[in-house]
Amino acid sequence: MALVVDIEKQLALFPLQVQFEAKEGMLALLGASGCGKSMTLQCIAGIQKPDRGYIALDGRVLFDSKRHINLPPQQRRVGFLLQQGALFPNFTVRQNIACGVRDKGKRKAVTDALLQQVHLEAVADKYPGAISGGEQQRAALARVLANEPEVLLLDEPFSALDTHLRFQLEQLVRESVRQLNRPAVLVSHNRDEAFRLADHLAVLYRGHLEALGEKHAVFQDPRTVNGARLTGCKNISPVERIDSRHVRALDWGLDLEVSGETAGITHVGIRMHDIRPAPDDAQAPNTFLCKTVEEVENPFSITILLQPEQCKTMKTIGMELPKDQWCPRPSCRVQLPPEAILLLRDSEDRAITHQRGDRSQ
Amino acid sequence: MDWFPLINSLRIAAISTGIVLVLGVFAAYEASKLPRAVKGILDAVLTIPLVLPPTVVGFLLLLLLGPRRPLGAWFLEHFQLRLTMTWWSSIFATAVVIFPLLYRTARGAFADFDETLASSARTLGLSNTWIFWRLRLPLCRFGILAGTVLAFARALGEYGATSMVSGYTPGRTATISTTVYQLWRTNDEALAFRWVCVNLAISAAVLLAVNLLERKPRPGRGR
Repeated sequence: MALVVDIEKQLALFPLQVQFEAKEGMLALLGASGCGKSMTLQCIAGIQKPDRGYIALDGRVLFDSKRHINLPPQQRRVGFLLQQGALFPNFTVRQNIACGVRDKGKRKAVTDALLQQVHLEAVADKYPGAISGGEQQRAALARVLANEPEVLLLDEPFSALDTHLRFQLEQLVRESVRQLNRPAVLVSHNRDEAFRLADHLAVLYRGHLEALGEKHAVFQDPRTVNGARLTGCKNISPVERIDSRHVRALDWGLDLEVSGETAGITHVGIRMHDIRPAPDDAQAPNTFLCKTVEEVENPFSITILLQPEQCKTMKTIGMELPKDQWCPRPSCRVQLPPEAILLLRDSEDRAITHQRGDRSQ
Repeated sequence: MDWFPLINSLRIAAISTGIVLVLGVFAAYEASKLPRAVKGILDAVLTIPLVLPPTVVGFLLLLLLGPRRPLGAWFLEHFQLRLTMTWWSSIFATAVVIFPLLYRTARGAFADFDETLASSARTLGLSNTWIFWRLRLPLCRFGILAGTVLAFARALGEYGATSMVSGYTPGRTATISTTVYQLWRTNDEALAFRWVCVNLAISAAVLLAVNLLERKPRPGRGR
């Protein structure tokens, strides 16, 4: 059981060119707005037509430009959940869900079961305009599930919701995907959401995939500057290569020891929580004395903006610590552990990187 | 007072509005699916009767339907049917004149329709016919209805094209507007004034109806 996608489409600003395979469980397409991730989903659903390429679901061809196959959305059996739910405003919640049931004989039974599953019995006979955003999304999810889709496509389904509602719906989606036991593709610009829900991650930048793999692998080694940014790395600096294990981080004026081969590396990154204070007499690699520029308090942690002594630019490095591990001081020794330093390539080189043999073709 | 002109006006307006409702909505729906450039040209062509003087519309219709013109002659020969100078000839005239009103409002209503609803429906396996009858039409009904009422009002007031195609025969082709003109010409000001009042009353009622339709809130659309 798998969804195979290999498509090209010319967009206004850049060509969209993606190639991936999604098995049971969830694949998240992570990307900034306008990178082509929603367009990719719409191509799979049959709402948009790629210029070239091939889309198949369990070997069933949905689109093949060479053979002039382009199944209409009605025949693709794709469950498409949109940001706004797209409930039919002139139908009640119950009628909306019933619209999705294919087998008319089972319509009532399936609808009732789903209303219960998404906890909407109380508002079943209300119109979408009269229920909350969270309820609307649950109803939309139920309608998609009623349709017994063979693949689930989720286009930022949580982004219009408040944090607590978002968490509830996420749980419901996670359960549903598990029950359905079908491939699911989530489009998101939120790395936390993508990480929580997905098993595999793909990073999409200006129409092409920059990283694709198991989620932990992608977070540990995002490969490109853009991948690092999208997975939430805030400290990124261009580098000059010194030797095979050392680089000079130009923004910070630091010579860093790293744990991998430096050939071809254009940038390094380090996540804020991977930087830690070091004792004054520490001899560990990559230990530097820094000025404290600013302290920013978060609800449960503190972010300290640091400037290395050698630094000639105004660029800072952010360090995030639990509140109890920090007391204000004008300068501080910190360590950037070599194994935590991300080795990155510029996003412009357009190489599609496939990680750790995750792709089987 | 002979009420024939009122009944004649109402039946002409009702029938032509009915025909144009179907044609206008269909044309607007088909046009909304076309690429933008084609749509612009089609819009211009289908809207022309709105800006042409009704007498020009009447003239063009006579060129087509007159007893010695292609279509008129054909009907006369095969069905012994004269297409002009009957009460229902006015239906052709008013239909052409009011078509753009309905087409335009229906086009606007369809353009406001949220296409993501149609996309979702399609992925759920619902047919395009279902989407048209169960989503597009019901959700655009206020716009279309407002256009229909407006078209009906315009049909009631049609004078130029009507008088050219149907003429004025009391008791046979007379409408309110042609009657008012005829009465004024024959100096029967009192009776003309009564018909003017009838006309004003109907127009006012229709415009009030349009206002009510436009103020009616659309059903909830989600937030």
